[in-house]
Parts: sequence; C-alpha cells; structure tokens
Amino acid sequence: MWRLRLIPDNTDIPFLRFRRGLFAFSAILMVLSIVLLFVKGLNFGIDFEGGILIEVGTEKPADIGAMRVTLGDLGLGEVSLQEFGSATDVLIRIERQPGDAEAQQVAITHVRAALEKNFGSELTYRRTEFVGPKVGAELIQAGIIAMVLSIALMLVYIWFRFELPFAIGAIIALMHDVILTLGMFALFGLEFNLAIVAAILLIVGYSMNDTVVVYDRVRENLRKYKKMPLIELLNVSVNDTLSRTVITSLTTLLALAALLIFGGEVIRDFTIAMIWGVVVGTYSSVFIAAAALMTVKPGAGSNVAPAGFGSAERTKTLDADDDGDEARKRFASLPAPDDEDDDDDLDVEVSPAEAGGSRASRRATSSRVRRNKRRRKKR
Amino acid sequence: MLRIRLWQVIVVALICAVSVLFAVPNLFNKESLSESYPDWLPSQQVNLGLDLQGGSHLLLEVQIEKVLIERIEALVDDVRGALRAERIGYTGLKMKGLTVIFQLTDIEKSDAAYELLSDLDREVEVNRDDQGAFVLSLTDSAIAERKSSALGQSIEIIRRRIDETGVAEPTIQRQGEDRILVQLPGIDDPERLKRLLGKTAKMSFHLVDQTVTDSDLARGRLPPGTMKLPADDEVDDAGNPRYYPIRKRVMVSGDSLVDSQPTFQDNQAVVNFRFDASGAKKFGRVTQENVGRPFAIVLDGKVISAPVIREAILGGSGVISGNFNTQSARDLALLLRAGALPAPMKILEERTVGPDLGADSIDAGKIASLIGLAAVLIFMLLYYGLFGIVADIALILNLVIILGLLSVLQATLTLPGIAGIVLTIGMAVDANVLIFERIREELKAGRSPFSAMEAGYKRAFTTIFDSNLTTLIAAFILYIFGSGPVQGFAVTLGIGIATSMFTAMLVSRYILVWWLKRTRPKTLPL
Repeated sequence: MWRLRLIPDNTDIPFLRFRRGLFAFSAILMVLSIVLLFVKGLNFGIDFEGGILIEVGTEKPADIGAMRVTLGDLGLGEVSLQEFGSATDVLIRIERQPGDAEAQQVAITHVRAALEKNFGSELTYRRTEFVGPKVGAELIQAGIIAMVLSIALMLVYIWFRFELPFAIGAIIALMHDVILTLGMFALFGLEFNLAIVAAILLIVGYSMNDTVVVYDRVRENLRKYKKMPLIELLNVSVNDTLSRTVITSLTTLLALAALLIFGGEVIRDFTIAMIWGVVVGTYSSVFIAAAALMTVKPGAGSNVAPAGFGSAERTKTLDADDDGDEARKRFASLPAPDDEDDDDDLDVEVSPAEAGGSRASRRATSSRVRRNKRRRKKR
Repeated sequence: MLRIRLWQVIVVALICAVSVLFAVPNLFNKESLSESYPDWLPSQQVNLGLDLQGGSHLLLEVQIEKVLIERIEALVDDVRGALRAERIGYTGLKMKGLTVIFQLTDIEKSDAAYELLSDLDREVEVNRDDQGAFVLSLTDSAIAERKSSALGQSIEIIRRRIDETGVAEPTIQRQGEDRILVQLPGIDDPERLKRLLGKTAKMSFHLVDQTVTDSDLARGRLPPGTMKLPADDEVDDAGNPRYYPIRKRVMVSGDSLVDSQPTFQDNQAVVNFRFDASGAKKFGRVTQENVGRPFAIVLDGKVISAPVIREAILGGSGVISGNFNTQSARDLALLLRAGALPAPMKILEERTVGPDLGADSIDAGKIASLIGLAAVLIFMLLYYGLFGIVADIALILNLVIILGLLSVLQATLTLPGIAGIVLTIGMAVDANVLIFERIREELKAGRSPFSAMEAGYKRAFTTIFDSNLTTLIAAFILYIFGSGPVQGFAVTLGIGIATSMFTAMLVSRYILVWWLKRTRPKTLPL
C-alpha cells in the first residue's frame, strides 16, 4: 500500500546549531511586535472598548454608501460600516456613546429607526451587540487574569513534573507565542475581542502541549544517554519527536483550514489567530523551548528540591557518577516518567566514542541495554 | 499493556455503546424526534447556545442604591415625626450619603432623643457625640437584606414580565450582588422586550395642583408639596414635552392593582385596571371628594394622562386612556399586571443574534466539521495505513462520545464550541500519533512487533498525559473566567481532550492488540 511520507526516518537535523540566529530572529520579531502594540495598538472590539455592533442582512446587495450617509447624520460619533462575508451582509460598528448604558440603548433605537425609515422592509437584524463601559472594563480584567493564571498554572505543573529550568524554557516559548500573536493582530488590525483572548489561551495550551512532548523526550534521553553533551542530546530529542510534531501540527492545521474556509465570517478572526498560533507554537517548541534549555543554565535552580518522585537512592548513584557536568546532573535527577522498564537505574557505560558517535550506534546500544535488562528482570 | 482483560473490553464497549445512544438523537430534527423516536431511548439533544439558535442575552443591573436612598428618605420623615411628637428641638435634619444627620438644639435632651430613635426602627443604628450631633445609618445586615430582597424581587418581576410575553424557556439568573442575566432564546423582537424590562413601572395616582399658573410652572415656581412632571408623550406647539404641576402625595398607589388588561373604548386603545379591596376603597373616596378635578396617572415619573374626574368611581376599576396604540396598551397592561420593579434597571450588555444568522452558523459549523474531519481521516489513512484506520475509528468514536456527553450533560454548544470540536478533530489524533511514532521508533530499535507495541503504548502514555494536561488547564481557566460562547468553547475543548485520551489509550489499543494477536504479523505495517 502506498504510504505518505513527510518526515524521513532517522532525521538528524542540527536544529540547535541555528539557535543563536533563530533566537535573534525571534527576538527581533518580538521587539517589532511590542513596538507595533505601542505604536499602532490593538483594534479592540466592543467587548473591551464598549460600543455597539449591528449586523444587518439585506435582500439585494446592500448600498453601504447610502447607509453610511444615513447613519452618519445621526451624530453618533464614529460609525464604521463594512461588508461582512457577503454583499447582502453589512456590519455596523458604532463607537461607545458618551453617558451611561442608557445612552447606548437610545443610540441603538435611533439606528434601527433610521435604518427602517430609509431601507425599510428589506432589512433583517442578524446580530445586535452592545457592551457598556463597565462590563468592558470587567471583561478586560477577567481576560488578563485568565491569561496570567493559566500560564502560571501550566508553569507550576511543568516545574512539578520536570524541573525549574524546563519551566523557564517553557515560559520563554509561551511569551514568544503570545507576543507574536498580539503583534500579528496589531499589524493586520484584526479585531481583538473575547474570542481572541480564548484563542490566545488555547495557543498557550497548544504550544505548551508541543513543548511538553519535546521536554518529555529530553527528560527521557537525559536518563538514557548519560554522557552525551547537552547540545547534542537536545538535538536528538528534537529529532526524535520531529515527525510527531509535524504530523500533529498538520492535522490541526487541516481542521483549522476547514474552519477558516467553511466556518463562516463570525469566527474567521478566531480561526486566523489559531492558525497563526499553531504555526508559531510549533516553531517555538522546536526552536525556542528546546534551545532555551541551552541558555537557561540549569544550575540556577539547584537550590530547588527535586520535583515529585525522585528517590534519594537515585540521586546518590548520580552523585557517584563523576561526569563533572553540573547541568547534566540536575537533569538526570528527574523523576521517572513511567514506572516500567526503569531505564533510569541502568548503570550502563556508554563510551564517549559511542555517545558522540552516530545515532545508529547509540540506538543499537540503548536497545541492547533494554534487552539485557529485560533478561535480568526475568531472572 | 498488551494483556487486556475481558471486563476491560466490556466496560469500554459499554461506554461507547451508551455514548452512541446518547449521540444519535442529534441526527434527527426536533419534530421527527418527538413523533417517531422510541420513548424508551434517550432523546435529549445538544443544547444550542443563543448564538446558534438565535435569541437575546441581556445583562441587567438593578440600581440597588436607589432602594437604599428611598429607605433613608423615609427615615428622614420618620425621624422628623418622632422628634416633633416628643417636642425635641433639632436643626439641620437631612440625608447625607446613606445616613440621616441632625443637630439637637437642646443638648440636655440627648439621652431622650437617643432612646426615642433607638426604638424607632430596629434596622437603624443611632450614633451621637457630646455636642448633640446625631447620625443614623442602616445596619450592615439591614443593607445586605434590602439589597438581596430588592434583587430577588426584581428577578421575580422580570420573570413575570417575560412569562407574560410568552417567550419559551427563558433563563433568568442572579449574578453577583446587583446583576441579573436574562437569556431569551428565539425571540423575534428584542427591542420590545428591552423596553418591557427597562421600565420600572411604578404607577401612582396624584391630584393636579390647579393653583399653579402656566407661567409659574414654566419658571418652576411651585408651592411645597407640588412637583413638575413631564407628560409621557404629549407635546406643546413648539414640540417640547408638556409639563404638569402634580401634588407629591400619592393618592392611590399602583401596588394595589390586581389586574390590568388592554381594551378598546370608542375605537381607542385603552388599559383598564382593577384594584384590590383597600385600593378600591381609597380610589372611591378620592374620586368622590374630587369630582370635577383632574386626576393624574403617573408612571415612572411621567404623566400618562390627567383626565378630569366626572363622577365617583366606586367599583374599584377604571380605565387609563392615553396616547396608546394596540401594542403600547398591551405592554402597559402587562407591566401593571406584573408589578413594579423595586428599583430602576439598566441594560449593561446585550447580545442578540437573529435566527437566520444562528442557522447560518450551524450550517457553516457542520460543513467545516465534516470537511475538517474528512481531511484528517484521509491524512491519517495515507500516513499510517492500517494503523491510520484504527486511529480514524478512534477519532470518529471520539466525536460520537463528545456529542453524547454534550447531550447528557446538557452543556451548551456555541459557535466557538463548534470551533473547539473542529480543533479537537485536529488535536485528537495527537495521542495516536504519539503512540504510533513511538512504536515505530521501538521497531527501528530492533524490537519485535509485540514488544514494540507494548513499549510504544507504555512510553507514550506519560507524554500524552503531561501534554494534554496543560491544554486541560487552559480549558479549565477558560471555563472559569469565560462567559457565554467562550465557556461553550472551553466545555467542548475539555471534553474533547478527555475523550481523545480515552479513545487513544483504550479503544485504539484494544483494536490493535486484537489484530496483533489474531494475525501475529512478523512486521508492523507502520
């Protein structure tokens, strides 16, 4: 049977070799995003700004010009009209009216009266939304709290399940994703509303998901190849998980593409945010999160107790293992990801030649080790 | 991992079968479901959010401080009456913030005044200083009780008003200290409902002060006890609203109304009303004593009409004529029947979706889901072959379970919720991808099919668990902090993650192990 192949077996791409260049590239993009956020700002929707949004459907293609004149005469401040998805669909945005909630309701009544008078029976109201200033402020607050809290919770989780340096690496990647997404919204002036906050939270979740998969492999490999230099070990880990990363991103993008094309106008911006987030999140977990482990010297977290499940015995054997590399020791004291096979207490000697040698020989070694161990277990 | 006990298979199969049972009703439309679907099967369908079925979401704020202000105003009167009755001299009696303050003229009477006022009202706290300055305030518990009862009463009145309009299945929820969330599925005229909900509907009958001349009224020179109120919709020649000099004293209050109906009188829409016994008595006496004088009907600070009393009305019922059309007469009657709100209300937030936009969104969501699903199914088949088919079965089952769970939990499906499902389609295969890739690696490392499968599932499990948990955290936070549609998104996403772990770790594993044991292949087609 013919089979689609996207990622060749046994890739050995030196991702980590590009890390400085890519760090610089990402840093520039982040700075640009922040500058954009300050200079251009986000195009806040009525959820946050307060204001009125009315979507009307017409029978014949709408005469937006005439509508603009009609509504412009009402003296409601800034009124913007745009075609929304089809020629018979018009989205009207009206800025927040001075005064309290009452004033907004009055404005809605005026707009409806004016539209009915001039365009009459052919109009249908598809959507009317109005958010008062008080609610808008609360929604901003809730959005920020949600964002900060979810990032914090995920980091605590990573810290608990992995180690502090991993949590630091993950937060760098997350910040990267969030800032670039905000920057993209500022650049294209896409409407930033509640749904987009949800999308960003989801991007955070997705990116973290990807990052965890890579980190999980780093953790495993740290136990497996005890003497491999960190840079190479990270590289091996990224390559090991590469096909999964690519395939999952692809299937997610396939589904999102369907949503973008067929999902309708209302959630278009949401879908764009998600697509962007998947791309950026995948990039960041491969190039930023993993590479960050090179930069975040794990020694920084050495005063932190080993997370979770680490046993004293294991730590002891590691101390005896005099490889002189503090960083590697820290990583290697990580808890076992699973309770089977227990690769972690193998006292296998991997010769420096092997460790630095081809991946094939490494793999051969590790599988040989496993087989030996199973045999031991049986006895 | 490869040893699977029979009971495990039975449990998993049962869960899947039950999910199918609960998911199936969603394939039918509502009518055929109630007609021809067997009674003994579950027939709940997914609850559609307002953005999909159309309807209005309104967040209302009860201006509760108005209730407190009214209470304090009444307290000022009570204090004045009590002090006068006991001949205790005072100056500067007034309301300050939410307190009543005054100064005794004779400091000797401080104790007497303190005792008097302390007994006046058990909800009131009296404080004084050595100089004879008194401050009366409501106790905290009294304030809290006032607020909560005002909110409860408002909810009750709102429910009555909405029920009167015949909207099916409204949701009316208390939110926080002073807010009410109203959700009205499938309404066709949100403007009318907003008008109905926004009215306090406090009605009262007052005498018109006939001693005030038009010029005095225009200049606002009014005797004490008289106020200037605008007419509801009468205008003078210049187009400005007409004003009336109205005696402040309430002759009969709208609280005494027991019924109110729209009707016609001389081809003109009017509203008739009926008082309870005590209201009828009062009304009879007032009309008897004031024949030939205008009697004003005031609603929310506006004069609806001020007809001249032609004769005593003793039957306890009467007619309000004003500038009504059929609709406004019907609305006024409804408001009077349902009763007055204890405090005015503001609409803080409104989201109304018309039925056609909702229907369009459902269609778009369906098409996007199906196409997304097809794309992912084909991709997995092409990429993993036989294993891809197993992953596809798991994915389809995954969707069925999501649908079943949404139906059972009666969770609300919103448009972002559909997006969440589409996203789940893409992400749900992740667990299987992780497993398959791991098995592949183990095969490359030289393991036999059996041991590669065993190791693949075992090792992938922690990764799947750790990585999905982070996304679950995001969904959880979204659910807590989100509102409406966003919450719907969090629900489908959370359910989707949980079910994808279930289908990948159990269903696809069982199928693959069964296949493995049956065929005992030399190599795995991965």
